[in-house]
Amino acid sequence: MKTVVSCKHLNKIYRQGQIEVKALTDINLDVIAGDFICLSGPSGSGKSTLLNMIGGLDSPTSGEIIVDGQHVDKMSKSELAELRLHKIGFVFQAYNLIPVLTAKENVEMVMQMQGDSKQYRNEHSLAILKEVGLEGLENRKPAELSGGQQQRVAVARAIVDKPCLVLADEPTANLDSKNADNLLQMMREMGEQHQMTFIVSTHDPMVMERARRLIKLHDGKIIENNKQH
Amino acid sequence: MSHITSLLMSLAWRNLWRNKRRTLVILFAIVLGVWAMIFTAAFMRGMSSQILSDTINNLTGHIQIHSKQYLDDPVIDHRFSLIDDQLFESLNNVLIKQTSSRVRVPAVIVSERESTGLVMVGINPDNENGMSFLQSSIVEGRYLKDENDSGIIIGRKLAERLETRLGKRVVIMSQDKDNKIVDRGFRIVGIFDTQMEALETGYIFMGLQTSEDLLNIKNEVSEVSILLHDMNQLDELVADLQQQNPHLDVQGWAQLEPMSRVIIELYDSFHLVWHLIVFLAMGFGIVNTLLMSVFERTREFGLFQSLGLKPGFIMGQVWVESTLLLMLGLFLGNIIAWWSVLATGEGIDVSAFAQGMEMANLSNIIPFVIITKDLVLANSVVIILGMLTSIYPAWRASRLVPADAITRV
Repeated sequence: MKTVVSCKHLNKIYRQGQIEVKALTDINLDVIAGDFICLSGPSGSGKSTLLNMIGGLDSPTSGEIIVDGQHVDKMSKSELAELRLHKIGFVFQAYNLIPVLTAKENVEMVMQMQGDSKQYRNEHSLAILKEVGLEGLENRKPAELSGGQQQRVAVARAIVDKPCLVLADEPTANLDSKNADNLLQMMREMGEQHQMTFIVSTHDPMVMERARRLIKLHDGKIIENNKQH
Repeated sequence: MSHITSLLMSLAWRNLWRNKRRTLVILFAIVLGVWAMIFTAAFMRGMSSQILSDTINNLTGHIQIHSKQYLDDPVIDHRFSLIDDQLFESLNNVLIKQTSSRVRVPAVIVSERESTGLVMVGINPDNENGMSFLQSSIVEGRYLKDENDSGIIIGRKLAERLETRLGKRVVIMSQDKDNKIVDRGFRIVGIFDTQMEALETGYIFMGLQTSEDLLNIKNEVSEVSILLHDMNQLDELVADLQQQNPHLDVQGWAQLEPMSRVIIELYDSFHLVWHLIVFLAMGFGIVNTLLMSVFERTREFGLFQSLGLKPGFIMGQVWVESTLLLMLGLFLGNIIAWWSVLATGEGIDVSAFAQGMEMANLSNIIPFVIITKDLVLANSVVIILGMLTSIYPAWRASRLVPADAITRV
């Protein structure tokens, strides 16, 4: 199977004045295409840092990150932006939708940046919103949607152009258990249906249960790396 | 429009109205600034055009020809002959609209009660028509009939000072060509009233032939005043006339009235300074508003970056936002400024400051004049400096580290 993400001897040290904080220490990780991985661990264990490194939102202090065959750690800002635009989708804890755009426009924005035609954007955004259960709510702005609905829009935006990798940073943290369960179910189905790899960071045991592979982090180190089901 | 431009415009426009109150406050500041720039420019332009117009109308014209020594010592000795083929040919130029020959010498006027020194001006009333203020300023009596008219026209203030009036006789004394004192009684046939006291008290007007007779000269004058079709050709014509008549002194209005020229130049140069002062106040508002807007949306800019939008797009978004704001402010500011200028009608009455205005060669009504150059300058200052000013907030937004920005509360 194709390896989508490969981290080798990844280290990240944050410097705060004279103090050095090791956020990640010697992380080695391979993620194969279509996998649904859960990164778990207590706050400060390095989950979000690892996701940010893989997504090229932050740079490692040392080590290698390869995403879909490209060395993320050696790419320029512009190349990283291209990589994120075409190959990586993000879902964040706080939904992070553009408040001045409607649900449909939020989803369309990525396709618009990729240069897709208006007709294509229209068809695909409506289709994906229908797929995530938001049919009829396309023209609502984020403030007019519930938390669960906003997170569905965020997922739709992340997967609309079928990236090879979706990084989700605690996507269920602000949702009630029912909405969280629905969202996870949907993400797994989408992943399977569209052959996308999901790496999800969480504290939530329900998310951990649904993951095919569970990676536990503690103090920036991988302490457990288990395949589940 | 490319897909990126369309996205930029759409996002920028919507973001502009995200915080309506803030946008309206800064929009008001821009509109006020643009209005102040254009309205003040129109006022200053009105003053300078009024100075120019008054200078030209107050006997100066666009160009004057004198004998070489006249301007240093404007007496009867420094006259020149009009029977001069070269001069006649020079004045037969297509650039020249109108000419008027004048005798202009020092004299003393004596009434029954008072006397005073002034300048006696002999004119051809037909030629003078349309060249100077005189005919349109007659408020009592009549204008001169012809150059042999035996009457004289004096100013209202002079009449008051001499305690005389229309129809009364006065005596004019001067020196003739042989430096003998000559005098003659004249009846006051007209009283003129201008907004400038110096003109009303300093000049009397009589027929050209009448003045020549008094001074014992024939076909000789002190000056020829020239009006052009197009003032832009002044320098060219001055040079030509001077070359063709080297024995005479040919000068344009700016040399003849250096004070007026300096004031006009001062007003012109002050435009840019004033625009920059207004913009300085406005610029701080723009930067502050944009920075506030950037700080408030830090997380959003982080999101843009994580979605794969390049720093250039983020910089572009803030920049387009400020440009839209500036364009809107300019549009409204221009309309309001135009409206304000139209509302002033023929100008504002500053007669309460008449003496001060006269010192600056200004009459009592200051018109507002908008010219393209001033509009372009005011608009350019706002748009160019505004766009430059917004580079900093835009740059700040584009330099955010996505991992930090996305988690910023």
